Amino acid sequence: MALLEIRNLSKVYQRDSQMITVFEGIDLDIEAGEFLVLMGPSGSGKTTLLNLVAGLDKPTAGTISVGAAEVTEMSPRQLAAWRSRHVGFIFQLYNLLPVLTAYQNVELPLLLTHLSKSERREHVMTVLEVVGLSDRADHYPRQLSGGEEQRVAIARAVVSDPTVILADEPTGDLDAKSADEVLTLMQRLNGEFNKTILLVTHDQRAAERGHAVMHLDKGVLTG
Amino acid sequence: MAIPVIYNLRSVRQRPVSTLFTALGMGLVVLVFIAMMALSRGFRSALVATGSRENVIVVRSGADSELISGLGRETAQTITGMPFVARTPDGRPLASPEVYVLVSLERLGGGDALVTARGINPEAFQVRKNVRIIAGRMFNPGAPEILVGENIVGRFAGTEVGGVISFANRDWTVVGHFAAGGSAFESEIWGENEQFMPAFRGEVFQSLTFRMRDSGAFQSIRQTLEDDPRLPVDAHREYDFYANQSYLLTRILSFAATFIAGIMAIGAIFGAVNTMYAAVSARAPEIAVLLTLGFRPLGVLGSFLFEAALIALLGGLLGCLFSLPLNGIVTSTTNWQSMSEVAFAFRVTPELLLRGIGFALVMGLVGGFFPAVKAARQPVVQAARQGTIA
Ligand SMILES: Nc1ncnc2c1ncn2[C@@H]1O[C@H](COP(=O)(O)OP(=O)(O)OP(=O)(O)O)[C@@H](O)[C@H]1O
Ligand SMILES: [Mg+2]
Repeated sequence: MALLEIRNLSKVYQRDSQMITVFEGIDLDIEAGEFLVLMGPSGSGKTTLLNLVAGLDKPTAGTISVGAAEVTEMSPRQLAAWRSRHVGFIFQLYNLLPVLTAYQNVELPLLLTHLSKSERREHVMTVLEVVGLSDRADHYPRQLSGGEEQRVAIARAVVSDPTVILADEPTGDLDAKSADEVLTLMQRLNGEFNKTILLVTHDQRAAERGHAVMHLDKGVLTG
Repeated sequence: MAIPVIYNLRSVRQRPVSTLFTALGMGLVVLVFIAMMALSRGFRSALVATGSRENVIVVRSGADSELISGLGRETAQTITGMPFVARTPDGRPLASPEVYVLVSLERLGGGDALVTARGINPEAFQVRKNVRIIAGRMFNPGAPEILVGENIVGRFAGTEVGGVISFANRDWTVVGHFAAGGSAFESEIWGENEQFMPAFRGEVFQSLTFRMRDSGAFQSIRQTLEDDPRLPVDAHREYDFYANQSYLLTRILSFAATFIAGIMAIGAIFGAVNTMYAAVSARAPEIAVLLTLGFRPLGVLGSFLFEAALIALLGGLLGCLFSLPLNGIVTSTTNWQSMSEVAFAFRVTPELLLRGIGFALVMGLVGGFFPAVKAARQPVVQAARQGTIA
């Protein structure tokens, strides 16, 4: 059984009286330790798919399971708890809280665990080390470059050791060099730390870093 | 664990101007509230300080103020001769049969006000332990001389030592000033009862105040006095008698404080509502991130409520700060029970300051509630799509 199983997944948005079918009857398996890249034109539903997997949105039909968790069956409250333990989310625009330091941003997910302050410190410093920013722990987002911000966001996504990392165009806003650093980092997370990654991107170079590439277009998923 | 407090602290600091204005609005409400309550407390404490628990005041049966009371000489003599009245070492009763009248005096700032003129006997200074002469001397028996209470010195014409005040068709020379522990006596003019009596109402006292030999025996003393068929009188513990005079005005002032501050609070609450709605809208993407990370909507609600409370706390502290200089300022009002002018000081107590802060917190929580609910109910996806954190 695959780590992540998507079965017969459909998402239809209703805008006024108009029905917008983003996709219908999608199936997808992702094995543990996989680094899967998802590509597709704008508006094809990539973000929608990630949001469904993270339980941020409800599908119109179909099921999603991640490990033992039936994502599509859970209540909002259960989803929040599940997400904090099993999903690491990386956004295109980093989405760090501007009033918190890098350290405090990375610590946020750990505040939802039972870890003590010193244990949290250990975890946070470890992941900041991994993303190469331990010396920037006390800096605020505005004091960091875009690439550095995204690396902090990646640290935040992995600090609670989630089951799966979902990344939505993480290099979309970065220059080539920073994008390269971020992608190398994600490759390391996958190779060295055995993280399962689902990466959405428009960037061909990003796509080359994954094990496999899938395309989503006009509601159809092809390998 | 909840969304860290530091997040709210820094977010509030991020928009100092709107925070400050919102807090200032609440601070003004708190100031008004504390000021009016301090007025009420000051008035009450002046009247509470007036009477002693060791003394009994006797008035005509049914009279709730000395103004409408009357006691004949004989009645006064009968009572002062009773065994429960304390005595001086040389055997005189510690009792003061008193004449109580209102005289119209000219305020220095313009206008007239009614002031209590109390005719006492010399024992009054021993009966009432809190009274002492602070300038000049005691009046001489038989002379048209008066003493002026500290609180009205300088408020009315001729109140300085050596000054002359006219009332009851006579001129009275001020020979001294007296203090009385901040009590309502300090707003009175004292002279000799035998001088005042003919000048005013004739052969009648208005009250008799005496020290009890045993202050624990008040109930039986009262019983004895009120049951005596020769004596158409009521007896009160002096403390209760004056404290009760503060009851009505104190209640009205407290009610007005709550009512007026309450109405003003509506404005301040709308300020908080605005500020918090603006904060919630501006930080929609941040809220989305928190929700995505797995923080619960209830946590988000709590976080924004806390932030509103934080602003309110600042407002409350500002209000307290503004109100502190009021403490001790002397003002005056008419004691409706005695119809006379009573001067007293604003009393800003620690308890009032705490209540002011409590008031502010309530405003903050009420004002922050709907914005916080809006934050908590924000759909995660919607917010996440709205996009960027600058
Ligand atoms: N809340 C919504 N209501 C209605 N339609 C929506 C909503 N959210 C997304 N859509 C529509 O669903 C479709 C898929 O959107 P989605 O954001 O998933 O695309 P995407 O592949 O991530 O695009 P991009 O590459 O530009 O990020 C789009 O046509 C979009 O307009
Ligand atoms: Mg997208």
